[in-house]
Amino acid sequence: MRQQQFEAENQTLWDEITQLMDDLQRSRSKRRLPHSQHLDFPDHYRQLCNHYALARSRGFSPALVDQLHGMVLRGHRLLYRQQGGWRWRVLYFILSGFPRAVRRNGGYFALSLLFFLLPALLMGVGCYLQEDLIYTVMDENMVAQMETNYDPTNERPGRSVERSSETDFTMFGYYILNNIGIGFRTFATGILLGVGTLFILLFNGLVIGGVAGHLSQLGYHETFWPFVSGHGAFELTAIVICGAAGLLLGHAVIAPGQRTRVQALREHAEESLQLVMGAALMLLAAAFIEAFWSSNTLQPSIKYFVASLLWLCVAFYLMLVGRGDHGSR
Amino acid sequence: MQAGVTEGRSIEQLDTLWRYEIPEGVLLDFRLAGPVVRACAWAIDAALRGIIYLVLVMVLALLGGIGTALMLIGFFLIEWFYPVVFEIHNGATPGKRAMGILVIQDNGTPVTPSASVIRNLLRTADFLPFLYATGLVTMLINQEFKRLGDLAAGTLVVYRDEQHERKDPPLAIASKPPIELSETEQLTLLAFAERGENLSIGRREELAELLVEQTGLQDGKAVDALYAYANWILKGR
Repeated sequence: MRQQQFEAENQTLWDEITQLMDDLQRSRSKRRLPHSQHLDFPDHYRQLCNHYALARSRGFSPALVDQLHGMVLRGHRLLYRQQGGWRWRVLYFILSGFPRAVRRNGGYFALSLLFFLLPALLMGVGCYLQEDLIYTVMDENMVAQMETNYDPTNERPGRSVERSSETDFTMFGYYILNNIGIGFRTFATGILLGVGTLFILLFNGLVIGGVAGHLSQLGYHETFWPFVSGHGAFELTAIVICGAAGLLLGHAVIAPGQRTRVQALREHAEESLQLVMGAALMLLAAAFIEAFWSSNTLQPSIKYFVASLLWLCVAFYLMLVGRGDHGSR
Repeated sequence: MQAGVTEGRSIEQLDTLWRYEIPEGVLLDFRLAGPVVRACAWAIDAALRGIIYLVLVMVLALLGGIGTALMLIGFFLIEWFYPVVFEIHNGATPGKRAMGILVIQDNGTPVTPSASVIRNLLRTADFLPFLYATGLVTMLINQEFKRLGDLAAGTLVVYRDEQHERKDPPLAIASKPPIELSETEQLTLLAFAERGENLSIGRREELAELLVEQTGLQDGKAVDALYAYANWILKGR
C-alpha cells in the first residue's frame, strides 16, 4: 500500500483520536464528548500504535512517522496517567499506611533511634556532670542564648527575650520551616551511602542531649522539661523516622542485594517516601503543639500529664493502628 | 529517528535519544535534556522564586504576627514544594517550560506525585557540596542524564516534543526514479521533499545537485526532479 492510500484510509480515525485526546485533556467537568466515546479510547489508541508501527516499518515519509509518533506519545501519556482519588489516599495513608510502613521498617527505625538516642544520653549525662562539656558542640553565644531562653525568670520559657513578644503563630511558622526542613534533609542526605543521615542524627542527638543535660545541671528543669516534653513526642519520633527513611536509601546504595543499585534505590525510595511524608505530618503536629501548647506556663504537673498522654498516643498510633489491614503486622 | 531497534552501541547512540518500548509494542523516542539546558531552567526558576520571596515578604510584613507566620510557612513551601506543584500539574516548572523541557517517568508516562516529591526532596543531596556538584557528576556518569533524585524517583527530563504542522511535499508530477532505490534512499528523498521548503533556494539546489551524476540536471530542475521522484514514492503510478 502506498503512503497516500494509507493516509486517505485512516485520516478519519486519526482525526477522531485527536479530538478524543483533546477532550480527555480537559478537566472532567469541561469535557464535551459523551462518556461512551471515551471508552473507545484504548481501542483507538492501540489501532493508532499499529498504524505508527506500520508507517515506520514500511518506510513512509519521516513527516508522517513523526506525526504518528507524536500522537502515540500523547495517547500513551493520557492512557497511562494516574489521576484522582488523592484525598482518600491521604486519609488512608494517615489511618493505616504510615504506621504500617514504620512497622515494616522497624529495623531501620531501631538503628536510627540508636544513632540518635545513644549520643543524646551520653552527652546528656556528660553535660550534667561536667559544666563546660556543652561548649564542645555549641559556641558561647548559642549557649548563652539557650540559657536565657530557659531561665526561670524568663516569662515565656523556650523563647529568647526578644522573641517573647512574637505571637504563637509566628513561632508555628518558624517551627514548620526549621523542623520539617531538618527532617527532609535527614532523609535526603541518606542517599550518600547513609552518611549524611547518620551525621545529622548524631549531631542532633549530641546537641539535644547536651542542652538537656546542661540545663538540668543549671537547675532549670522546671522550665525546660515541661516545655519540651509535650511536642518532643512527635518531634523526636519524627526525626528518628526521617533517619530510618534515610538509612533505607543508604542501604539500597551500599547493599542492593539481588537487584541493580538503581532498581534497589527506586524500590527503597518509594518505601522511604511514605516514612518521610508521615514524619512531615508528625512534625507539623509537633510544630502546632510547640507553638500553642508548650509555650504556656501551666503547672508542670499538668504539662507532664499531657506530655505522657501525647507519648502514649504516638506509641499507640505507631504500634497498633492499621494492624491487620492487608494481612499486615 | 527512522531506523529500527539497534543492537549494541551504534552511531545512533551518540545522539541523546532515549528509546522506550511501550506495552503496545511500538517504540517511542525521547530526546534527553542535558545538564546545560537543565541548569538554565533552574536559573530561571531560582529568579522566579526570588521574586515570589520578595512579594511574600512585602505583602505579609504588613500583617504582623500572623503575617510573619504565613511568610515562614510560605518560605517552607517554596523551598521544598515549588517544583512539585508545577511538575504534578503539567510536568514542568516555569523554568523548564521556558526551556522547552519536562519531567516524565522513565516509562514515558507523566511524572507521578510521589516521584516528583522524591526527586525534589533529593535535591538536597544533589546540591552538595555546592551548586549541584553531586547531581552534575551523577548526570554525567549515567546514560540518561539522571541526577540522584531522578535515579531514585525513576524520572527523566526530556525535551517537550513540539507537534509541527505537517507540510505536504510540493506538488509535482510524479515520475519514476531512473534507478531502483533502497528504503533509506527513498526516505532521504521523502525527507528532502518534505523539508525542502524550509531551506533557502540556494541550499536546496546545492543538495539536489549532489545527484548530478544520476539525474544530469542542475539548479531548479534538479530540485523539481527530486520532488517528482518523492511524489512517485508517495503515490505510485
